[in-house]
Amino acid sequence: MAITGVLRPGHVQIRVLEMGPALKHYVDVLGLREVARDDKTDRVFLKAWDEHDHHSVVLREADEAGMDVMGWKVDSPATLQRLAAEIDQSGLCTELGWVDAGEQPGTGQMFRFTIPTGHVMEIYAERTRLGNNCGTAGEDVNPDPWPDGQRGISPSRFDHCLLYGDDLDGTVKLFTEVLGFGIAEQVMAGPDMIGAFLSCSNKAHDVAFIRQPVKGKFHHASFLLGSWEQVLRAGDILSRTKTSIDIGPTRHGITRGETIYFFDPSGNRNEVFAGGYSYYPDKPAITWHADDLGPAIFYHDRKLNEAFLSVFT
Amino acid sequence: MHFEITITNTQERFACTAEQSLLSAMERLGRKGIPVGCRNGGCGVCKVRVCAGSYRTAKMSRAVLSAAEQADGCTLACKTFPDGAMAVEVTGAMVRAVTAPRPGAAPGFDFDFKRTLPQPPQET
Repeated sequence: MAITGVLRPGHVQIRVLEMGPALKHYVDVLGLREVARDDKTDRVFLKAWDEHDHHSVVLREADEAGMDVMGWKVDSPATLQRLAAEIDQSGLCTELGWVDAGEQPGTGQMFRFTIPTGHVMEIYAERTRLGNNCGTAGEDVNPDPWPDGQRGISPSRFDHCLLYGDDLDGTVKLFTEVLGFGIAEQVMAGPDMIGAFLSCSNKAHDVAFIRQPVKGKFHHASFLLGSWEQVLRAGDILSRTKTSIDIGPTRHGITRGETIYFFDPSGNRNEVFAGGYSYYPDKPAITWHADDLGPAIFYHDRKLNEAFLSVFT
Repeated sequence: MHFEITITNTQERFACTAEQSLLSAMERLGRKGIPVGCRNGGCGVCKVRVCAGSYRTAKMSRAVLSAAEQADGCTLACKTFPDGAMAVEVTGAMVRAVTAPRPGAAPGFDFDFKRTLPQPPQET
């Protein structure tokens, strides 16, 4: 097994103002599947079609929009114990503690901690499998390439988040020195890093952070599509459903992804994207100068729009 | 029935029905003045102070509009529906975009990444 330690983003819990419109968006427009509800905590659990684990997106009804927590799946219970101890020893995190198995359905014990940029993170090793419904002679046997009954945009998986916070240096130190991530791309303003695109896998990013004078803010959660044509089709679906579109379809300079940004009914930004490149730990980090942030973020427009830095939840 | 909405910062005027939000009516007419963000009550960049007129609102994120602000006549234009003519003053995060565009830069865009974090008010 080449990818060890932290495997991938496992979940994102997003606060929504009203569950009804939120589900219409995440199920009918984005095309995730509802898999469970927890009425005690006002939460609904969803998954994308090609994710095998029980859920990846959690919606919680609340009075504020934004992100409650991002979760990461690690390769084993032993790794979970080791990383929890190392996170504690690093002194970089606050509000550390264990979350009992079952706090999220089908999910084992989780270790929760708040990172220097103010975001709450969870790591866990065990989650029930639901599969992807592609097998024709049993689960994962002689599978079709995609399942019947897909709705809306229908991305294959939850892919990454972009988060805003103040202590970028501390968060990057935690992810690179404790959690084993590599820096795929960085944005530098002179000697200061102002943006970090971090990978724990073969992906160009599993999480990204931009330095802003805020704590724990959420820029977007992103979902993977297979092609540029599917990004254009997503644009058609978003317009047809009168979904609030932020920008795109266009291309990012950073990660090379083909993208469209849009908002859920509570103002949380979503992205669907395609493309990018394969990251390996020996790949040199790509550097962007802050003066060229325009084409780094929106490669075709070559300038930032007002919303990129000002609009977040 | 259309009501006249006035943005006091710029004296821009546009028409809005009782069923349209102030922000969507402005956008639909290609008018400018109130900054456009998420359009869904989450980001707060379209925050305005109501100077005159009565209105209804839908649910807005408490992270960007406190109960005190709301009681004080502030609201988010994307979730505000007029009952008659209204006058509003833009007060949201991108108000610079309305009042002080900087030549050569995207209006309202802030390159100052190293600003210190304002201290949140102490909970009592």
